[in-house]
Amino acid sequence: MTALNTGHEAVSSVTPVRRRAATRGRAGLAGYLFVSGYAILLLAFGIFPTVYAFFLALTNDRGQFTGLNQFIKVAQDYRFAPAFLNISLYLVMWLLSVVVLTVVVAIVLRSRMRPRLSAIFRFLYYLPGALAGVASVLVWLFMLDPAVSPVSWLLRSLGFADFAAVLSPGDLPVILVLIAFWTGAGGWIVVMYGALNNIPDEVLEAARTDGAGPWKTAWHIQIPMIRKWIAYMAILAFAGGTQLFVEPQMLQTASLGRVSPTWSPNQLAYVFAFQHGDFNGAAAISIFLLALGLICAALLVTRSDLFKVDES
Amino acid sequence: MTNASNASATRRRQTTLVPNLIVIALFAALLLFFVVPVVWLLLAPTKTANELIHDNPLSFGSLANLGAAWQHLIAFQDHALLMWLRNSAVYSIGALVITLATSVPAGYALALTKFRGRKTLLVITLMVMIMPTATLVLPIFLELNQFGLIGTIWSVILPFSFYPFGVYLVYIYFATTLPREILAAARIDGCSEWQLFTRIALPLAKPVAALVAFFSFVGNWNNFFLPYLVLPNSDQFPIQVGLNQLLSSTPSFNPVAGAGLNITSPELALAIIIAIVPVLVLFLFSQRALVSGMLAGATKG
Repeated sequence: MTALNTGHEAVSSVTPVRRRAATRGRAGLAGYLFVSGYAILLLAFGIFPTVYAFFLALTNDRGQFTGLNQFIKVAQDYRFAPAFLNISLYLVMWLLSVVVLTVVVAIVLRSRMRPRLSAIFRFLYYLPGALAGVASVLVWLFMLDPAVSPVSWLLRSLGFADFAAVLSPGDLPVILVLIAFWTGAGGWIVVMYGALNNIPDEVLEAARTDGAGPWKTAWHIQIPMIRKWIAYMAILAFAGGTQLFVEPQMLQTASLGRVSPTWSPNQLAYVFAFQHGDFNGAAAISIFLLALGLICAALLVTRSDLFKVDES
Repeated sequence: MTNASNASATRRRQTTLVPNLIVIALFAALLLFFVVPVVWLLLAPTKTANELIHDNPLSFGSLANLGAAWQHLIAFQDHALLMWLRNSAVYSIGALVITLATSVPAGYALALTKFRGRKTLLVITLMVMIMPTATLVLPIFLELNQFGLIGTIWSVILPFSFYPFGVYLVYIYFATTLPREILAAARIDGCSEWQLFTRIALPLAKPVAALVAFFSFVGNWNNFFLPYLVLPNSDQFPIQVGLNQLLSSTPSFNPVAGAGLNITSPELALAIIIAIVPVLVLFLFSQRALVSGMLAGATKG
């Protein structure tokens, strides 16, 4: 028995190192196999298109290296600045409304309403999210047409006599904010509510016993404690907003050509590729947009502790 | 003392009355804003185009009108609507299958195995996941065009299958629920790496697989940009691109192209409803999924 024991100890004192190494080798190989399917997709539809877009943007249609010429060409295009200006205007309005309103609504739903009622509100606010994309634009075309809209009285009192008056190019940012808010805000309210739920009750209780009213609690406790989720929402909303394509494209169709077909940068890239046949120029525009997306992503990954990259 | 506290209570009630009214007004306005368009949409196909203009916008028309709208819609381009729906189902479900088959093992390996490049892969996954999907659509189009893959169903299904957010969700799930010690013990018992995955990890993966499936399906069903670029033929369109075509065939939005067609506002409204039914059904049950998905990996506090 003793002999066996010592034998065992001897074995176990020698092998751990070797066994760990062996296990790592085996698990390492298995790890590669497990990620291989995904890695192929990542290479094919994440990394390669990015590299290829860079290659196109740095060359001309005969494949000759042209340095930054494509970037300069598209940036000097008469439609480039207006497109970025358009989405900037849209982004300011969209970010202000989505950040302020979702946070206020989530806080009221969390702390000032009976749970059942709060659940009903969250559900009803969230539901239009199912109509994201094309469907939401179509619904809002009807909502904004004084002839059929349930709020035609409101549209008329704002001075919009008919559909053409509503869909004038200057109104596009507001219309796009309405659509984005209608489909997106409810989901964010639900997420912010979930984040607020993670604040321990004792913290709120302590604030109350210290005499803080609901608004003071919201301002000094709840908002600071979900600050990183608010930043997360703002960055994702910003990144998504820079990429507008479907909405202005369909509004352009419905406006019978009065809205510019190159309202957003993505539309401009589309026109470069499909109407001018200029893939190099289109690639250069998408590199600008890709850079915006990458900056947002890098900000979130490096500057926040929202995402775990290693088990702690 | 009691008087004083009563007075301060009254004052407090007075000072909170106005904010309360503002809050109530805000909530009522938002409720109308979110709900009225949905109600209008559900009622619209029961009316004729004429009734839509002249009747109360939130009134119910008749089932006969609904039937007529359905007949017109089905007749459009010889059952095009049903074909678009079938295409959408093929693309979304095909992509979903490949997404699950690749993201579950990948997330598992990132969480629980060690290999060179693991951290790099994880960071790239995070970056691509945060970037909006539309960012890569044009570059993917240019790539597919280069390889002559434009117009095949794979030019939609394969890019749809690439879903880094799904990998991240699975990674977080395994990293937080499956202790390494269990795997280490099973390894000592002689389990192969494949057996560890299929016998221990996979049975545990059901909830996260459902979560990934929800986000992937909804995202792909509603995706417009990629299929719009890579599919030239109407008989390959998913429903979202089909709706766009219906829009340009509706007289009220396009008097020129729409002349002589039976696609008017009620038909368009019905098409919208049909297009969103699958996603709507998922949405009825998905609030919890949304929260756990979006807050995944949250460090508490």
